Amino acid sequence: MSDTPLSAPGAGIGRSGKVALALRGTARRAGPVLAVVVALIGLWYLACIPMNAQNSLLLAERAGETVTPATAAERRSMSGLALALASPGAAVEHAFAQDRPRLPSPHQVAVELWDSTVDKKITSKRSLVRHAGITLAPTLLGFVIGSLAGIALAVGIVHSRLMDLSVMPWAIASQTIPILAIAPMIIVVLNSVGIQGVLPKAIISAYLSFFPVTVGMVKGLRAPAPADLDLMRTWNASGLRTLVSLRLPSSLPYLFASLKIAVAAALVGAIVGEFPTGAVSGLGARLLAGSYYGQTIQIWSALFGAAIVAALLVAAIGLTERVTLKRMGLT
Amino acid sequence: MSGLSWARRNQNWLPWVGGAALVAVPLFVIPALSPAWDPLRLAFVWLILWQWNAQISRTRFGPVAAPVLFGLTLLILWEMTVRLFDVPSVILPAPTAIGIALVDQAGTLRGDWVQTVAKGAFGGWLMGSAAAIAMALLVARSDVLRRGLLPVGNFFAALPIVGTAPILVMWFGFGWESKAAVVVVMVFFPVLVNTIAGLDDTTAMQRDLMRTYGASAGQELRYLKAAAALPFLFNGLKIASTLALIGAIIAEFFGSPTFGLGFRISTEVGRLNLPVVWAAIVVAAVTGSLWYGLLAQLEARLTFWHPSQRGRA
Repeated sequence: MSDTPLSAPGAGIGRSGKVALALRGTARRAGPVLAVVVALIGLWYLACIPMNAQNSLLLAERAGETVTPATAAERRSMSGLALALASPGAAVEHAFAQDRPRLPSPHQVAVELWDSTVDKKITSKRSLVRHAGITLAPTLLGFVIGSLAGIALAVGIVHSRLMDLSVMPWAIASQTIPILAIAPMIIVVLNSVGIQGVLPKAIISAYLSFFPVTVGMVKGLRAPAPADLDLMRTWNASGLRTLVSLRLPSSLPYLFASLKIAVAAALVGAIVGEFPTGAVSGLGARLLAGSYYGQTIQIWSALFGAAIVAALLVAAIGLTERVTLKRMGLT
Repeated sequence: MSGLSWARRNQNWLPWVGGAALVAVPLFVIPALSPAWDPLRLAFVWLILWQWNAQISRTRFGPVAAPVLFGLTLLILWEMTVRLFDVPSVILPAPTAIGIALVDQAGTLRGDWVQTVAKGAFGGWLMGSAAAIAMALLVARSDVLRRGLLPVGNFFAALPIVGTAPILVMWFGFGWESKAAVVVVMVFFPVLVNTIAGLDDTTAMQRDLMRTYGASAGQELRYLKAAAALPFLFNGLKIASTLALIGAIIAEFFGSPTFGLGFRISTEVGRLNLPVVWAAIVVAAVTGSLWYGLLAQLEARLTFWHPSQRGRA
């Protein structure tokens, strides 16, 4: 009898002990994080008051309330903090529900996020889900290209001393070039050659994501212990066999760590790549359109949309990592 | 006599030089008019230079000469490609054209550099890093704060923070202050997360030793935690230095005075004056590399005891 009946004495103890441990761990870990997040939101609400004070007092004045510096001309030269202190009542009352605030309050951003994701159809031009999808395509394509290139380069660097000596310094130097800054130029130039759509943005994403993968994989492919490498040599294993059976498996933890960085970088590349195409579609375009028309709430919701997409991408890789490493018995 | 001994010392070079000459003459002299041979010419030059590189990497100058030669190879191939295939300068200007633009526009580019790099990027980097280090010193004193802030900081460090550029330009105006603000926001979290992790990178044995000495909190910070944090801190500062340049340049796309590297790039792209754009990029890239290199030098000086530094010798 391999499996004990559920009712057997002590049957559930192992499992429930684990569950309790996991729960206790979660509470220990989640508690402080939650506190910090709540504190940040609180700070945000507080910051709204002085940031929006100029406009708040204007609204209060129009509503017929008396505010301390009575005219807009007097208020113009004052800082937000001074205004908020001069007539705190009006500043607080009108700070959180303006149409075009300098700093939208958290609930305004949350409502806009909800409106533009859940309430809108995906086909709608104002649906954030649609824009996120449009940004996601070049992100993923570029991420795949960049990661494969990074792995290939790392394999080359590990196997050839010449490549290690001559290519590695340039791979590092290539990252001090602010590629994001020339992303718009790459888009414009590729456009003039007739390459349009997903590919130019994917190229930028790929450039940004290849470097973390290269560095991580070089480290990872060199991670096997000398004893293991010696063992492979004892078996007269070829370079390819050593790569497949020893180096690649032992580099996986490094690979996943760098893939997480790479995917976040790829998203940034895709967003910046959307700036020069004009405000058409995609998360970057929403940012740009928002800044053209002073729609601050739209900017913030696009920003949080991008943050959520980034978090989901990193989480997806984290999940793959956990499953893979567990199946390989590495954790 | 001396020629003969030179030949003996370099005998593994001679077949290469001879063979190269044998191929080069027909390839470059006889079918000089046929463009169909261009890819072959490129491949030939690449092969020669790569082989030379392989030879040089085995000498004791290898670590310095190999990357330099590899860079030169790329430049030569780039120049050859542009000339042989008549690539329009709108798509890819030749390195020589970029060099000429760099010299011609030196005055303008210097002004751009002061605006974007010295004021925006460097100023913001200093402020952001200082703020992050101060915050980390505060946070590291409380275990709860540290455990709460580290995941949140990691989350923020992975976010597309360049997206805040339009907002910050709206708040702080078109001058360098808004660029510095973008840089501060971009730099803050990587430095914060690294410093917190570094301050925490002490072993129980080391902490016990400090307690045995009766060290005060300040002394423990000065002699143990600060030293432990340095390798992490430098990692953060190096990442931040490249982020700072990117942030300062990107922020200029959302509004700037009529000078600055970002402004130069976006306006000259509009005028299809690509050599100047590339010159601006070269300025940014050289600045970035120098900045990174200086930090690496400083790191080697201050953390000479760390395994990653000792292993290099």
